[in-house]
Amino acid sequence: MTNDEIRNVILECLEEIAPEVDASTLGGDDSLREELDIDSMDFLNYVTALHEKLGVSVPEADYPKVDSLDGAVAYVAERA
Amino acid sequence: MAEFLMPSLGAGMESGVLTTWKVKPGDAVSRGDIVAEVETEKGIIEVEVFDDGVVSELLVDEGTKVPVGTPLAVIGGDGADAATDAGREADAGREAEPEPRTAAVADRPPAGRSSQVEARPAPGGRAHHDTPAARQLAREEGIDLRALTGTGLHGVVTRADVLRAIRTRQPAEREDRVSPYAPRRAEALGVELAAVEPGPAGAIHAAQVEAAAGRAPAEKPVAAKKTPASKTEPATKPKPADAQAAMRRAIAAAMTRSKQEIPHYYLAHTIDLGPATEWLTAENESRPVPERLIVGVLLLAAVAKAVREVPELNAHWTGEAAPPLDAVHLGVAISLRKGGLIAPAIHDADAKSPGELMSAFKDLVKRTRAGAIRGSELTSGTITVTSLGERGVETVYPIINPPQVAMVGFGKVVERPWVVDGELGVRPTITATLAADHRVSDGHRGGLFLAAVERLLQSPEDL
Repeated sequence: MTNDEIRNVILECLEEIAPEVDASTLGGDDSLREELDIDSMDFLNYVTALHEKLGVSVPEADYPKVDSLDGAVAYVAERA
Repeated sequence: MAEFLMPSLGAGMESGVLTTWKVKPGDAVSRGDIVAEVETEKGIIEVEVFDDGVVSELLVDEGTKVPVGTPLAVIGGDGADAATDAGREADAGREAEPEPRTAAVADRPPAGRSSQVEARPAPGGRAHHDTPAARQLAREEGIDLRALTGTGLHGVVTRADVLRAIRTRQPAEREDRVSPYAPRRAEALGVELAAVEPGPAGAIHAAQVEAAAGRAPAEKPVAAKKTPASKTEPATKPKPADAQAAMRRAIAAAMTRSKQEIPHYYLAHTIDLGPATEWLTAENESRPVPERLIVGVLLLAAVAKAVREVPELNAHWTGEAAPPLDAVHLGVAISLRKGGLIAPAIHDADAKSPGELMSAFKDLVKRTRAGAIRGSELTSGTITVTSLGERGVETVYPIINPPQVAMVGFGKVVERPWVVDGELGVRPTITATLAADHRVSDGHRGGLFLAAVERLLQSPEDL
């Protein structure tokens, strides 16, 4: 999977969680929690979606690493 | 024979629109079956029947707005006779009904309410061609469902179809959408939000604010698939403001009633959350991702169990008194992403483990946001919890959700200097508040309740 493909899958996950936000306008290092105004339940849904769609299990300690698009793409690319 | 009435789905609800029938004459129903969908100011709600029997007659057409308490259908107590009559009617087909039945309703509204009966044009013959979630989203986004081609089973228009229509809207047709963070960023950078040029998809995010402030916007991710595809779907002018205004009216009605009628008293107590967060971290390490817990669920579990010790807080005010209720149906305030909130209940929350509560909570949040909650979930709450989440404030002072008599609030988790066994340290803490009805309980009992919440959270393994 290329980084662009990973990024598109992540954008799809985020759209499910915050449908009214256009995730494609997110900056690469914007905080997803801040920018999408998502709570811990939604963040867990996002981590669950990463697990289901990209096969990457993110431990809680690594949540800060996937709190931005660039961070999440790099995190998945290293492990997928 | 029993009449199935337009239910009251919350304090302040006066009427509702019967949008979809899920049954037809001749169908056997059991208590708890979803028989209809009703549109209220809080969205589309699935409504259950409270009797066993056979539907012998539908009294209200789809698309009709009627006052709370209006008979919507007749349920035959004994299947036999009703089934025979109704069966014929069913065979004849609902399209073949000679004329709209709205008149029948106008003949028998509840006393003094007849002027409120108003008929809307029934959606001619296309009753089941979209899902509640699709309708809710379409309404919020101002999408005309009739213009969409359904890709669901039998051509049903699904939420995905609506999402597609939203994506392909022409930029000019999109309302200006502003991310929650953008206004804060604008303030921080001294930028007038109104002067910010929206992004390619019509939305204003921090990146656009930063661009307007003359700073280099953060690197853009690939946006190709989101570029407006132009022409395809003719979307109507968005009217999300209508749904928002209705939601605000519903909240205003319920909260005004609460503040006018209920003599609230308020208590606050700051609790050491160290043991709970440590337990949670260890527990989540051993759980697969989809089964992980969040700290909010431990708070729900503690409230549900604590209220058993102070049962007068778990009650409905009946006009003169509030006898404690046996079951603990825990209302949870769920904020909707477009604004407003709904507080449906997790049934028998005191008997659920944190894992079970987590599943129930997740399911409830998902269905609430998709517009698929049931009437009974909206009305059965016996005490409600509101939590403003980890990005909110330290303390929240709740307003009781009538007819309940207490509401519990949690602020965000804050690290504070804290003394444990004579030693000063830094601990994660949370401030729990209780708003309770002074007609029903006193501060002393309320204090015991918050103390019980604190005690239970010190032994999270027992929750």
